[in-house]
Amino acid sequence: MATKLLPKELAKRPDRLSPGHRLCAGCGASIIVRQMLAAIDEPVVLSNATGCLEVATTIYPYTAWRVPWIHNAFENAASTISGVEAAYRSMVRQGKIPEQDVKFIAFGGDGGTYDIGLQALSGAVERGHQFLYVCYDNGAYMNTGIQRSSATPLGAHTTTSPAGKVIPGKQQFRKDLTAIMAAHGIPYVAQAAPSQWRDLMKKTRKAVNCGGPAFMNVLSSCNRGWRHGTDETVEITQLAVDTCYWPLYEVEEGVWRLTYKPREKLPVEEWLKRQGRFRHLFRPENRHLIDRLQEEVDRRWERLLRLCGEA
Amino acid sequence: MSKFEALAGNEAVATAMRQINPDVVAAYPITPQTSTVQTFANYVADGLVDTEFVTVESEHSAMSACVGASAAGARVMTATSANGLALMWEIVYIAASTRCPIVMGLVNRALSGPINIHCDHSDVMGMRDSGWIILFSENGQEAYDNLIQAVRIAEHPDVLLPVAVCQDGFITSHGMERVEIYEDADVRAFVGEYRPQWSLLDLEHPKTYGPLDFYDYYYEHKRQQVEAMQHAHRVIQEVAEAFNRTFDRDYGLFEPYRLEDAEVAVVVANSTAGTAKVVVDRLREEGLKVGLLKPRVFRPFPAEELAEALAHLKAVAVMDRSISFGAMGNAGPLFLELAAALALRGVRMPMADYVYGLGGRDILPREIESVYRDMLRVAETGQVERMVTYLSVR
Repeated sequence: MATKLLPKELAKRPDRLSPGHRLCAGCGASIIVRQMLAAIDEPVVLSNATGCLEVATTIYPYTAWRVPWIHNAFENAASTISGVEAAYRSMVRQGKIPEQDVKFIAFGGDGGTYDIGLQALSGAVERGHQFLYVCYDNGAYMNTGIQRSSATPLGAHTTTSPAGKVIPGKQQFRKDLTAIMAAHGIPYVAQAAPSQWRDLMKKTRKAVNCGGPAFMNVLSSCNRGWRHGTDETVEITQLAVDTCYWPLYEVEEGVWRLTYKPREKLPVEEWLKRQGRFRHLFRPENRHLIDRLQEEVDRRWERLLRLCGEA
Repeated sequence: MSKFEALAGNEAVATAMRQINPDVVAAYPITPQTSTVQTFANYVADGLVDTEFVTVESEHSAMSACVGASAAGARVMTATSANGLALMWEIVYIAASTRCPIVMGLVNRALSGPINIHCDHSDVMGMRDSGWIILFSENGQEAYDNLIQAVRIAEHPDVLLPVAVCQDGFITSHGMERVEIYEDADVRAFVGEYRPQWSLLDLEHPKTYGPLDFYDYYYEHKRQQVEAMQHAHRVIQEVAEAFNRTFDRDYGLFEPYRLEDAEVAVVVANSTAGTAKVVVDRLREEGLKVGLLKPRVFRPFPAEELAEALAHLKAVAVMDRSISFGAMGNAGPLFLELAAALALRGVRMPMADYVYGLGGRDILPREIESVYRDMLRVAETGQVERMVTYLSVR
């Protein structure tokens, strides 16, 4: 029997990521990792791309991981775990190690996933390795000091897309990585957020039990980069969901399904105005950027509703 | 009973891989290595090996998957050439520092640019400081034999370092030769079972691989790599002795050829050493005291033994199939390191470097002969006219 997804039951499970790591207070990544790993009763083996989660949890000679974990480099969390998984299958087949229901999971940020690691991820899922790749998407290269990535929202200030006198922040929309991964035709793809923890945990269970490669894109607030208080992480993440900037859905065997529909779809500026990285957008001369972002959010939401048969 | 087969170098390497039967192979095709992975893919498809063949989308992912599989406790192999090795670059270093005993068949090819698919040693020379053990092979037989030995060297508990086994692109990788193939059972017995000590898949004892390592420990870990290399120097010789006993061969750190009573010698690696032996024989018929030294182990560099083997000579030429641009005299890496090795051990003699064969340019016996005749003159006069000569360049 799988552990029931109830706080009382889940609290009994030992943390697989132990306290004492050096991630910032209010960091989305550690919340996501703890929630996801708590959803899995089976043994796990993890790989981790270079990034905040990696550097802050394994400062030699310490480690915060109570489960097998490997970091190789920035762009290759997917190819590394594919090697681990291939080794497991080979050695089980030869009777060298016992068969257990091991769940192989790779964690990477948006830099390591949308950008530098996209090729390795695409290759690993195409090859059909049985693993879950989790992108904790905080919308910039936060570990190196808040540089733009292809996940950064239009208009956001980052240190390589600064809100300057001529150019007001990032000029492009976010790449729709979740749809790109769905286009690979793998058994399970989902978008999730830690503010909807039960949804996140249910999706995690589906992902690791889908019998093939799975991908989850999970919105992860970085209060250093997003510019908000350390106690606002979950609330602001939920605003991304309720404005439909970050819809929650899954694509299971090619079937798209919305897993959360906001009672009232909020204007995107409700999410923007809570974050310092968008402050400049509220100047009158930059108002058109909020309008452009709203239009794009609406366009993508409508498309998603059509794909999910809700329109 | 062993048997003799007519095999191209790549097929000989693929045959060794079949006999070794690694748990995981992750590789990507690149000329002139491709026929290795193609041949091995047939073995996988026909069920002749237990290997999980990871058909990655790039060499970067090939080496990344190798590191993951090796950390997981698997016996792991790969193969590549030139630009493929260059794309692996970042992970080549990580493989060595993570102490992954991966074995790589490296088919030497000129590194771009301009793009060129033919033989030279610019690819392997780029990895000389990466922490890999590097072995050279004159022909398909040596590539086959070295690959089998490489497994035992890499996995030795005192070493735990990756090994690259080099052979010359097209010249030996595609050249059909007579290769003695040993019994499968004998090869498997020689390499033995791999017993990983720190497997990531030991779920009861979780390991953290690849942590962030700052100024308080990084340096000590690098120092440990040095110690592993020092051990490798011994282990390579022990494995060679065992191999020689088992398969009736004569491997060592290098191969001297008519060197003992020679006054002048050429040092040259891989296939050109074979051509040079013919030249030595011809010149010996004229009564000229010439010899050859063919390096086998390039990393760890056996400086002491090389200096000793060459100490009696009146002049030495090194033939380099690559250039270390901007280094002293724009010479080749083998010359530079050998010159330093001799000088620091007080072995003083005139030395010259002959760069040759870049991008697959043919090297002819008469050109090698011209090197010997140059050095015979140098031995008489004691004067080197040119420290570096670029043979047969227009």
